Amino acid sequence: MTNTLHRFGKPETLSDDYIVFAMAGKGFNEEGALEKAQAFLRAAIKYNPINMGNGLINSLYRPEKNLSFFKLYFIGRQEKITYEKLIDEIPNSGSAAAVFDDRKKVTQFIQDVKKLDLGLSINVSALVDNVRDICGEVDITPHAVEYTLGFHGDTTRLPDRETLSLSTMCGHGMVSANFAKKMLTHVKEGRMDPEDATRTMAKFCVCGVFNTTRAMRILSNAKKGQ
Amino acid sequence: MRISKEKCVGCANCVPICTVGAIYIDEDGLANINADECVECHNCYRSLSFEHLPPSFTRTIRRLLKKISLRFQPDPDICPTEALVPEDLEWPRIVRRAFSDPMVTHESTGVHGRGTEEVKTNDVSHRIKKGEVGLVVEFGRPGIGVFFREVQKATRVMATAGARFEEGNPVTKMMTNPATGDIQEDVLNEKVLSCIVEITTTIQDLVHTLTIIKEVCKASETVVSIGVSTVCEEDGSEPLRDILTQEGYETGWAKLNLGLGRATNASFTNMENL
Repeated sequence: MTNTLHRFGKPETLSDDYIVFAMAGKGFNEEGALEKAQAFLRAAIKYNPINMGNGLINSLYRPEKNLSFFKLYFIGRQEKITYEKLIDEIPNSGSAAAVFDDRKKVTQFIQDVKKLDLGLSINVSALVDNVRDICGEVDITPHAVEYTLGFHGDTTRLPDRETLSLSTMCGHGMVSANFAKKMLTHVKEGRMDPEDATRTMAKFCVCGVFNTTRAMRILSNAKKGQ
Repeated sequence: MRISKEKCVGCANCVPICTVGAIYIDEDGLANINADECVECHNCYRSLSFEHLPPSFTRTIRRLLKKISLRFQPDPDICPTEALVPEDLEWPRIVRRAFSDPMVTHESTGVHGRGTEEVKTNDVSHRIKKGEVGLVVEFGRPGIGVFFREVQKATRVMATAGARFEEGNPVTKMMTNPATGDIQEDVLNEKVLSCIVEITTTIQDLVHTLTIIKEVCKASETVVSIGVSTVCEEDGSEPLRDILTQEGYETGWAKLNLGLGRATNASFTNMENL
């Protein structure tokens, strides 16, 4: 889940971005981890995460491999599955992630996860001061912290800020900069709604850590020329 | 990955999807892949939706519409004719997929994605100990990619400076000699979307190590994402943030391991019962 460490954006644009994930350590606690990862995700449902995933099976947002002319133009696309279906599909533990856009909800969820005492490693990627405040509220002393130091090297090869803000929400790079740029252009030109463009991009982030609320805001601002 | 010339209708939807820009429309009007640049991430094949339209019919419709300045264009996430064809990969090309496809598990470490658990399971693995700092130096991220020959230039400099490479890391596993930073020769011309070099150092040596990494980054032809981690004290505090702030880094976004993990495998619980 280094894939959640390098999200690009000013702090004020990241305040509604919380990724909570559970992971088993190979050789330490992977036995029975599948059921625990499922319990973790089931606990998240109560707080309506905006996205979730497992990394081995894709996220809530899915490509459709069996589209037909009839399905496409008469029935309509089914681009999102239910929480329950995703949880039932997990083949083995890998990792499990839930994304929230609300501090209160994420606090309550972490409180519940603590009570569940799953024994899996639980990590939160977000603005560090917010997570530390949450830890204080739910009486958790963090074990370790990892900071991003940002992007280095030949940064002239990177795209513009708006594009990078969208593409880095899939840390595995599956939302390519060219595609994020295409979605921004489509929205600015009025060829797509921000909601449609967000859903379309979310399907490419297989781990389910793409924050759809933040993406929608970036695209809506772009639509207004901001 | 390849694109079937028989099926492709040249809609170009796959072009921007490619994570490294390796797909292009060829002179015949159909999509093609630059095999040297392709990192075998399977993003195009996995995440585009497929509509299964008959290719010849679709091409004809496109040609007819073009004559009257109209265009048949499927939704941007659809390949209308399922023209993408994954190929069986052999060594060393298979390395591309292992490092670039997040749904593939690294054989060397048993971890999917980038193949390392780094600090996220540290509450059970304790691979980073108190007073130590873990550095994850990811070459090629975000979205540019890197050849291993480029990574080797960096690991050689790091090794000369005395870097201690993390053993449970897929790049370290491909080194023929971690003391020199040499990577096995047959993978040097393989390109991946990104790969993480992991180093462990001490709090005292962090600034010196960061200086070396900064020099490595300056010489790099690709982009590099850097992360640093440490273990918190009993009260949850840690000295890393102050050091990084003094060095001019912004430390707003981070990942916190909440410390709720524990070793529960039978081998551990049996030992406790002895």
